[in-house]
Amino acid sequence: MKKFSLLLLTVFVVWGCTNNAPSGPNADDFDRQAILENWANNLIIPGFTHFAETTAELQVQAEAFSETPSPQNLTALREAWKESYLAFQHVSMFEMGKAMELNYRNNLNIYPTDTDEIEGSIESGEYNLALPSLLDSQGFPALDYLLYGLGENDAEILNYYTTNTNAEGYRTYLVDLSQRIDSLTKEVLNHWTSGYRDEFVSNTGNDANASLDMMVNDYIYYYEKHLRAGKIGIPAGVFSGSPLSGHVEAYYSDDFSKALFNEALTASINFFNGTHFNSDQNGQSLDDYLEYLEIDKEGSGLATLINTQFDSARSEAENLNPDFAAQVESDNSLMLSTYDELQRNVVFMKVDMLQALNINVDYVDADGD
Amino acid sequence: MNTSSLRSYLSGTKNAAPLAVLRILFGLLMLISIIRFAAYGWIYKLYIEPQFFFSYYGFKWVQPLGGWTYLIFIICGLSALFVALGFKYRISIILFFLSFSYIELMDKTTYLNHYYFISILSFLMIFLPAHTYYSVDAWRDEKLRSQEVPAWSIDAIKLLICIVYFYAGLAKLNSDWLLEAMPLQIWLPAKYSIPLLGDLLQQTWVHYAFAWSGALYDLSIPFLLLYRKTRPFAFIFVVIFHVLTRVLFPIGMFPYIMIGSALIFFDANLHNRILSKISGWFNISKSLFDNSRIYQFPKAWQRKGSMGIITAFFVLQLLLPFRYMLYPGELFWTEEGYRFSWRVMLMEKAGYANFKVVNPENGQRFYVDNTQFLTRFQEKQMSTQPDFILEYAHFLKDHYQQQGIENPEIYVESYVALNGRRSRPYVDPDVDLTEIEPSLKHRNWIHPFNDEIKGL
Repeated sequence: MKKFSLLLLTVFVVWGCTNNAPSGPNADDFDRQAILENWANNLIIPGFTHFAETTAELQVQAEAFSETPSPQNLTALREAWKESYLAFQHVSMFEMGKAMELNYRNNLNIYPTDTDEIEGSIESGEYNLALPSLLDSQGFPALDYLLYGLGENDAEILNYYTTNTNAEGYRTYLVDLSQRIDSLTKEVLNHWTSGYRDEFVSNTGNDANASLDMMVNDYIYYYEKHLRAGKIGIPAGVFSGSPLSGHVEAYYSDDFSKALFNEALTASINFFNGTHFNSDQNGQSLDDYLEYLEIDKEGSGLATLINTQFDSARSEAENLNPDFAAQVESDNSLMLSTYDELQRNVVFMKVDMLQALNINVDYVDADGD
Repeated sequence: MNTSSLRSYLSGTKNAAPLAVLRILFGLLMLISIIRFAAYGWIYKLYIEPQFFFSYYGFKWVQPLGGWTYLIFIICGLSALFVALGFKYRISIILFFLSFSYIELMDKTTYLNHYYFISILSFLMIFLPAHTYYSVDAWRDEKLRSQEVPAWSIDAIKLLICIVYFYAGLAKLNSDWLLEAMPLQIWLPAKYSIPLLGDLLQQTWVHYAFAWSGALYDLSIPFLLLYRKTRPFAFIFVVIFHVLTRVLFPIGMFPYIMIGSALIFFDANLHNRILSKISGWFNISKSLFDNSRIYQFPKAWQRKGSMGIITAFFVLQLLLPFRYMLYPGELFWTEEGYRFSWRVMLMEKAGYANFKVVNPENGQRFYVDNTQFLTRFQEKQMSTQPDFILEYAHFLKDHYQQQGIENPEIYVESYVALNGRRSRPYVDPDVDLTEIEPSLKHRNWIHPFNDEIKGL
């Protein structure tokens, strides 16, 4: 026994000294906090700051239009809405902290919007947008309906705000919606800048509630449910068997759904690579962490693989009609093939990446073996 | 061993204190486990909230009972307390075995080797006279009270513990564990935030050191515990090993259970001292039990029956872990014969399973949102284990039949990554899973592994 232990000890010592490992992480510790800092400082807070500017502008334009419902003001309001909706795609995935508490994403972007409920609220004039039951009659999709969907053409739409017997009701609802978007956004941004950022960055543990685990779970969830399924899969009928053109994002404003999708895809790619908001500068993120871990033994690294797959999805989507509803109706197979490309990255991220990062998928922290 | 020496071994007796201490520790730790489980809200999360439960083959009839599920846990906790007290011991240990096993059989999502160990240990204890000394039963019943018990009744516990360790060690003798330090190479770096150890756990040589010493520990500890001279030193190892695993991995109460049960290897002196201490605290008269009497089974058939069952039990325990040899293919990939075999911490498996429902009448096809039916925990377990995938497919078939599709076909696109390998297709996506009945036969609808993990 003694001899055997001695032999074993020698093996370990030799191993330790030569460190001739076939594969595996480098001896230097990887700075995981740098990832959190990069996300918070260069993606999340700048993203929300920019988005808050657009929501403020949206509210200003909504009030201006409400005061003077002219064609010019309608155009300006629509522009502000588009700007803001695009900016939202960069922060939608960060459903944590205050955003999670407020159910932020669901307040801003549930579609298809419930037009009957909207009309009912406007007619009665009595509504409380904070109620969960009204989630699907507010946010950007509700504004989409109010700005593009009320009538066949702009003149008809304007009539709702001018000559309609309840024109004031329509104007008030419009302003209330933009106000709520703006105030919720300010609340989330404020929370980030007044303390939550530090909490987020310093929570470097490795349990299910640590920032990295939480963020990666949120990110994959967003990619799977909101980007892949919400923007492409559901309208293409992947989950229902038959296409549902009415379920595209920004259904009433023709020609805008693709722009929103592209923006969201860019935001997802930027997050994965740690690309700073509105800049080409690149910081620490999941791609660097995967390269550090190098657990993957086959061919090119996992980070490259995921980025290549993002590119394939991007180029597949290039062929799509700017209006997804029209695309679904004319040639749904292109939507389905875009979906397939997006789907491949779900596998890479949910299976290979989560395994490499050893991140808990489940929030139930039951015992393990 | 010839017949006469076997006979003399079987009639040999030992001081009953080790068995009494084991009974008390086991009962108390089980009581704490049940309370902890309830306090974390796991009863609700794991057995009441889900709308579908995965059953073991042949145990479909074991289902959670809605609100009554709490009652099973109460029975389990109370019977554990009674076992500790040695109060109505036989009934209590039988009730404990039944209620605990029922809980484990309700949903195989939560399968852990540790829980299986508890189940079979409690089964074994049904047939051991663990209540003849230092128990309420023995205090009340003078005829039962005995200071000496058959030596084999203590050795049976030792044998079970030895099997657990040794088989766990054998299972580690494979190329992933020894040559790639997998899955430790994935798990340990993620523990970067543990004080003192965090940085060390990033080093590759540490992963290998953990892998090799873990295997060596499992294989040698039974012998080191059995041999008197190495025993104290071995026990220190047991404590260090289990405390370390407790720090590194979320393994709940198991380390304490293993540390506690390893005490059985010590001489009765230690246990008598422990019982004296307890007697001091609670003002119990230990001397009442020290009557030098030798425990006799009340009836000869009870002794023979117990010994027969225990023998059959161990034969099964020795053979069951090797049943994987009856199946072709890589065990880690197909998991045919993986459970109930002390294969602990050997795999990091991640998977993704996307189910497609096809209505053959009109060609309509769509994908299933798994979160509609399964908890995240269930989905995670389902996506890497073929028996789960099949059972879930049959559940989906029933569900969509109720939704009006007369003969739904269910296909799955699934990917699994094993021990750091790139994800690969898992189940054949062209197989209609509704056509396949669950069985213990080899599953030819799983893609081959296309790699080799050498070893046992």
